[in-house]
Order: sequence, then C-alpha cells, then structure tokens
Amino acid sequence: MAEAEARISTSLTGTAALEESAPQIAIRNLDFFYGSNRALKGINLSLPARQVTAMIGPSGCGKSTLLRVLNRMYDLYPNQRATGEVMMEGRNLLDASIDLNELRSRIGMVFQKPTPFPMSVYDNIAFGVKLHERLSKSAMDERVEWSLARAALWEEVKDRLGSSAMGLSGGQQQRLCIARTIAVRPEVILLDEPTSALDPISTLKIEELIDELKRDFTIVIVTHNMQQAARCADQVAFFYLGELVEAGSATQMFTAPRERRTQDYITGRFG
Amino acid sequence: MAYSRALHRRRQATNVIGLGVATLATLFGLVWLVWILGTTLYKGAGAIDMRLFTQMTPPPGEDGGLLNAIVGSTVMIVLAVAFGTPVGVMAGTWLAEYAHGRAIAEAIRFINDILLSAPSIVIGLFVYALVVQPSGHFSGWAGAVALAMLLLPVVVRTSDETMRLIPGTLREAALALGAPKWRMVTSVIWPAARTGILTGILLAIARISGETAPLLFTALNNQYWTANPGNPLANLPVVIFQFALSPYDQWHRLAWAGALLMTVLVLMLSVSARAALGRRK
Repeated sequence: MAEAEARISTSLTGTAALEESAPQIAIRNLDFFYGSNRALKGINLSLPARQVTAMIGPSGCGKSTLLRVLNRMYDLYPNQRATGEVMMEGRNLLDASIDLNELRSRIGMVFQKPTPFPMSVYDNIAFGVKLHERLSKSAMDERVEWSLARAALWEEVKDRLGSSAMGLSGGQQQRLCIARTIAVRPEVILLDEPTSALDPISTLKIEELIDELKRDFTIVIVTHNMQQAARCADQVAFFYLGELVEAGSATQMFTAPRERRTQDYITGRFG
Repeated sequence: MAYSRALHRRRQATNVIGLGVATLATLFGLVWLVWILGTTLYKGAGAIDMRLFTQMTPPPGEDGGLLNAIVGSTVMIVLAVAFGTPVGVMAGTWLAEYAHGRAIAEAIRFINDILLSAPSIVIGLFVYALVVQPSGHFSGWAGAVALAMLLLPVVVRTSDETMRLIPGTLREAALALGAPKWRMVTSVIWPAARTGILTGILLAIARISGETAPLLFTALNNQYWTANPGNPLANLPVVIFQFALSPYDQWHRLAWAGALLMTVLVLMLSVSARAALGRRK
C-alpha cells in the first residue's frame, strides 16, 4: 500500500517515471470451473506492471472469467472455483487466507455497463474511499477532484457534485465508475468491455483515458473490438475455448501472430 | 402463405367478441366500485363537520364526533408500523441478499405468502390468545401487535421483491471496491430499493387501516378519551362497525362519516404510493 501511495504522490506532482516493467501479476496453471465445466484450461500469463494488457477472443472463451478470477469476484457464487496460482507480490491471490476487501482495494474493476450507485456524484467517489481510509473533509474533497480529473470528468461535473449520479449520460457514468475505482488508489485496474455500451465519442474518451492511466496503474482490458485492442494495448492475449492461444506485444500479435487461430480471429475469419 | 379472407374475418370477429366481453367485465367491476364510493361520499359528506375532529364518540341520542377513534386508530397504526416495518425490511433483506438460492428462502417465502392471505380474524384470535388473555384485558398494544402481524408479510414481500429486482452488477460494483457485504446492502442496495420498500409500507398501512376483525378481539373499543395503548383503544373500524349496527340515527351519521374518512385516507395512501412508484420509472 505504501508503495502505491508513493507512486501516486509522484504522479500527482507530475514526475512519474517510466520504469522497467516487471510482472505485476503472474498467472500459473490456472484452471477455472463453473460446476464441473472447465472454463479456463491451464492458463499461464504475466501482466506487466504499468502496461495495458488486452484480452481478446470470441464470446465464451473465458476472458471475462479470467478477469473475475483476478479480483476473486467469482467467490460470490457457489459452484465456481479456481485452481492454480495467481501470484502478486509473492502471495497467491487464490489462497483462502487472502482478505478479499483488501485485495479488491488493490485490484479495482470497471464493468461492461456503467454501474453508478443511487447517490450523488461526490458520494459515488467517496463511498469506495471511505471503506479503506479515514480522510478529513478537505482531503476527501481533494481526492474526489483528483480522481474525477484523472477520469477526465471533473470539468463536466464540478458544478453538480451534489446531484444524483443517475442523471449523468452513459459515457459520463462510465467515467464516473472509472473515477470511483481510481479513487481507492488500486495498483491494478480491470476493465470488462468498458466501452461496449457507449457511443464512439465516449469510447474515444475512455481509450484516451486508458492511455493516460497506464502511467500509474497496471491495466487489464477485455474487449471484443480489435481496433480498440490495437489502439490501447501494449500486450495482447488471445483466448479461444478456455485456452490462452498466444500472448505477445500488440505489434507482434497484430502483424505476425504465431498461431493460425490468432491470425484467423484478428482478420475476422471467425468469432 | 396465401392470404385467407375467411381466416382474417374469423380472427377479426373473435377479436371483437373478446374485446366486448372484456369491456363488459371491466364495466361490471367498476359499477360496484363507483356505487360504493358514491354512496360513501353521499352519505358521509353530509355528516362531516368540525365536531368530528374535536368531540368524543357520543352515547346514543347525543351529538358527538370521532376524535377518540381517530386518535386510537392513529396510535395503533403508528405502533404497528414501528413494530412491523423494521422486522419486515430486515427479513426481506435476508431473503433477497443472504438466503439467495437456498431452499429455506423458498420455504420462508411460501410461509410468508400464506401469512399474507391469512384471514385477519384468525390473526385477531391469535393475538387475543397471545396478548389479551395473559394480560387479562383488551389493549391498544394488543391491537397494534395484531395490525403489525398483518403489515409484516406485505413489507417482507415488497422488500424482498424490490431488492431482487436490483441488478447483480450493482452488487458486484460495490463489492469490487472492497466493500464488505453489509456495507453493500446498507449503502447501495437499500438506497436503490428505497422507493419500492416505501411503496410497500404505504400499501401495508392502507391495508391495515381498514381492518376491523383483528381489533374486535384485541383493542376492542373505548367510549372515552385515551391515547394510552395500555387501555382498550377506540378505533375507526370498530366504531363504524358498532355504530352502523345500532338503531340510532346520530350513530349512523357518524359511521358514514368515519367510513368516508377511512376511504379518503386509504385513497390518499394508494395515490402517494403510486406517485412514488411512478417517480422511479
């Protein structure tokens, strides 16, 4: 947590340096089961720190499932279980001993559809922060402004912080959800098809935002949009039928994929 | 598929007949409602005056009002809401948020539905045995308990259903921020379900405010002024029941006035419940 704090304070003063990307999270031999149905098969993948990893593949290939393993969201549902290792800072995130509330404060998630809470714009942001930190009123005000500014929403909502978040447009709501996630100051942000419910202009704003955010956060994005993966990602992972077919740099994946199936998928021959 | 003129005609005829029967049935139902409301308004409006709200229920042959009955009803309804609402909302929350997908939840929903349709006189007798007999006298407390038991299943059901309508993504969004489950329920789910829960409470109040049978065995009635639920309490439904059966013209007038008063109250509650629901959409 101290490390994350130091990182964010440097970025606040605008002097974030690009570091050598060590893997933030290393996934090893991960299997996932919905009941007896094996939805992920022996996944091995590293998520480099402060880079964008895009997960692509046809519907039902397991990419959202993998995302929900990373923050243990699957724990909510009986009959879902994961085996293998998801290593972060020397600890296996799949361990029963992991404190889920702390884990989720370090690995934030933004969902496919905007999910504003039925409360004011300000309270939407403050809700997550209050769960993990005690801040004075002025420190909270600062944090709210900081996260809304980082999510490129501050200018649009600064005069209506007290009004209900339900009154924002879809694109604004999604950026609010991103701001809410950033406000907790996680290390990793998971984005599950964050733009699939948005219009092209809102989509563009969020893509620009992802580019901006990777200076401070490790980002994992699930997308069905090849162009989006090409525009945003440093690393691309292609999934098919629960298997990781291949992963590599975005340039390599889109220009010279090693696997035939990858080639066929990104050129639109199936999926 | 060739166009068949005969088939088209037959379907149109069926449509006209169906629509006609449905319209007639609607009108048939509405006639009684309008008749009841009209009669209540006609007979009750003449008896409404200020004395209704300032004087006690009179002995036969004298002038009076309904003040003690209005106050008694209010006291018992407020107490019933105070007993029944927290229990009902918590039970609904447990069913929707904690017992999700478990057989016990379905069993409790089923039992709750039985309670929902239990004849109110049975509830009255039950509370008579539970409270009135052991304490040795009728009381406003017993009346409030009986009304709370009628209100409870309505609140349980509406809370449960409203919360189950909230999309799971909202729950996941709260948990994804690292919120413990109880925070998710109290800070996100309850505010999201607020209108629905409130509507359920209003509808439940509308239901209990006209109940007579459970009060006959519990609060009974009281000719004199008291707002103390430790005594038998006057209340509108029982006063109407008693006065309407009496041979005195003055009591009849007061019964009609009380009936109108209650109808207007229930109507207002239903309208505000609808308005609250409408705002949500």
